Amino acid sequence: MTAFAEVLVNGLSSGAVYALIALGFVIIFKATEVINFAHPSLLLAGGYVIAEVHDDIGFPAAVLAGIATTAVLAALVEVLVLRRLKASAAGGHSTLSIVTIGVDIILTVELTRRIGTKVMPLGDPWGSRVVEIGGVTIAQTRIAAILVAVIAITAFLLAFKYTSWGVAMRATAERRETAALMGVRLGRVSAGAWAVAGAFAALAALFLCVFPTPGLDRTTSFAALKALPAAVIGGVDSTTGALVGGLLIGITESAVVGYQNDFAILGGGFAEVAPYLLMTVVLLARPAGLFGTREAARV
Amino acid sequence: MSSTQVSGKRGLGRVRPPAVLLGAGLAGLLVLPFYAGSFWLQAGLFAMSAAVGAIGLNVLTGAAGQLSIGHAFFLAIGAYSYVWLAAEPETVSGHHLTGMGLPTALAALVAVAVAGIAGGLCAPLAGRLKGASLGVATLALVFIGQHVLFRAEPVTGGVNGRTVPPLELFGLRFTDTPEQLLILGIPFGGLEKLWYLGLAVLVAAAWFARGVLRSRPGRALNTLRDHEIAAGALGVPVGRYRAGAFVLSSMYAGLAGVLLALVFQRTVPDYFGLALALDYLAMIVIGGLGSVGGAVLGAVFVSILPPLLTRYGGSLPMVAEPGAASGLAPAEAARLVYGAVFVAVLLFLPRGLLGLFHRSHRARTRRSAAAPGRGGPKSPAIVQEPEEQKA
Repeated sequence: MTAFAEVLVNGLSSGAVYALIALGFVIIFKATEVINFAHPSLLLAGGYVIAEVHDDIGFPAAVLAGIATTAVLAALVEVLVLRRLKASAAGGHSTLSIVTIGVDIILTVELTRRIGTKVMPLGDPWGSRVVEIGGVTIAQTRIAAILVAVIAITAFLLAFKYTSWGVAMRATAERRETAALMGVRLGRVSAGAWAVAGAFAALAALFLCVFPTPGLDRTTSFAALKALPAAVIGGVDSTTGALVGGLLIGITESAVVGYQNDFAILGGGFAEVAPYLLMTVVLLARPAGLFGTREAARV
Repeated sequence: MSSTQVSGKRGLGRVRPPAVLLGAGLAGLLVLPFYAGSFWLQAGLFAMSAAVGAIGLNVLTGAAGQLSIGHAFFLAIGAYSYVWLAAEPETVSGHHLTGMGLPTALAALVAVAVAGIAGGLCAPLAGRLKGASLGVATLALVFIGQHVLFRAEPVTGGVNGRTVPPLELFGLRFTDTPEQLLILGIPFGGLEKLWYLGLAVLVAAAWFARGVLRSRPGRALNTLRDHEIAAGALGVPVGRYRAGAFVLSSMYAGLAGVLLALVFQRTVPDYFGLALALDYLAMIVIGGLGSVGGAVLGAVFVSILPPLLTRYGGSLPMVAEPGAASGLAPAEAARLVYGAVFVAVLLFLPRGLLGLFHRSHRARTRRSAAAPGRGGPKSPAIVQEPEEQKA
């Protein structure tokens, strides 16, 4: 029973982090109809900035710096690359998604070159301390991850619902032309969406690199590739879907790790592919994801 | 807002690169083994195998508009099927490896077929998903495939991979043989023999794909890409063509995988990862989407760049010698360059490098036609350049 509780808590905590990343995919998709394949490198950039500056300016300031840098970087990708490509209007939205792969290649090469073979600690205050609740041992970092993710996601959902920025974004996602005619500045909405997604990625990077992980290394970005199935499982245009998908992936992964020995036939490291397998199954049954809207075409 | 575009003309060759140039290039490739060392032969062979794979991907992603980031998976299927079918059962350092021991030529053919079947099995996914979602789904293939390659040790050899049995065709072994074969005083080893095999395979593959793309199925695929509903209304069997494109492209990938295995002489699962899948996407984007020439051009660019920078990078600023502590390593520099070219091509050259080539070729012929004394009419009709100016 305690083993199950530990699996559940670990799953919820990594699920919360995946949900943060998946929400980034969804926000970007809603605003610009692009699946952002550059998300792994944005995440890596956020973690790298935090790891690099925390010695000089302290942990809280470093986190803010990481979030700000990544947000600006993401907005720059939108303004400098996507907006230009959209203007030249070559190809459909696939092309827009494909170009983010190129952006990812460039950013990843530069970041992994800087990181090299190092494992960079992020200087977080939690360390490897644990708390015990009802006989279940939980790392403090995991509780922090859940709390921060919940706060960030709630703040976003409230803003999405009540602020004028949120209304503008929902209007844009609904129908771009009408939104533009109503005075919504599409450029700002898109760049803002990318910035928010970048900020979430940086926040997620923080919790991916703390205990039990030793620190940031060049493979940290793969976490974003695990959250991509989370976004797709939930439906890539649904914020609810991102949250559900994230938790689903987190719990699946932690269950596979926790009960690994009972399923020896699947082989070690099966946790790495479990999200993708889950996604394939979901997509076969529901091509639009669990909460996604089915595309309907008018002839 | 819809993605409908006037691209039916893409890849249908209004202006061909002069046949003379193509012939000269081919002749150059035919005599190259007599001059080039093994370094360039190997790089060239990798480029040839990449070109075969890229042609397949360009049929699927370029012509039919189905984004695939899983091409590396089908390459792996081709390569590993060949190895498993051709190898004899063996025991390597305590691990028992199975094998079918088929004649190698037959194994190669069956491997290509197996890759095609694997592509066909993806049809249910391909039929349900479109655009970037399909890309994500095919990404899953790469991760799942690699996991299986690492774990299914009796078949794949696990982390260490397996030695590839050399191909034997009509009594000719495509490997270094003890008794040296001399042609015109040049020793013909495995690489030289493979070079001609690769060239023959590439030419045949390119010729076949060109035929497919320029005839009825190719146009049907283009219509499918530009407007699926319109294609269906025009009588294109949508589901069958989508699946068909997947099968054909996977068979090309399988063929590329077999060729790659023969050149490498060893298959390791690490190689068939995400990076390789992205490489293939980069090839067709850089070369030019939807055409055979574009795929070949992009494949050569992406696969020759790393060895080129490794060899001559030392004389460039910024690029460090291999193994140096600071500066860009050649492999990193190559990735940086092709990442930048990838983005730049999408932004500024929607038809890829091939489009650039066509444009400059046309500009040249127009200039010489309009030059005074040549008798070229200076009518404004020549200046007309439909839809190309947009680019």
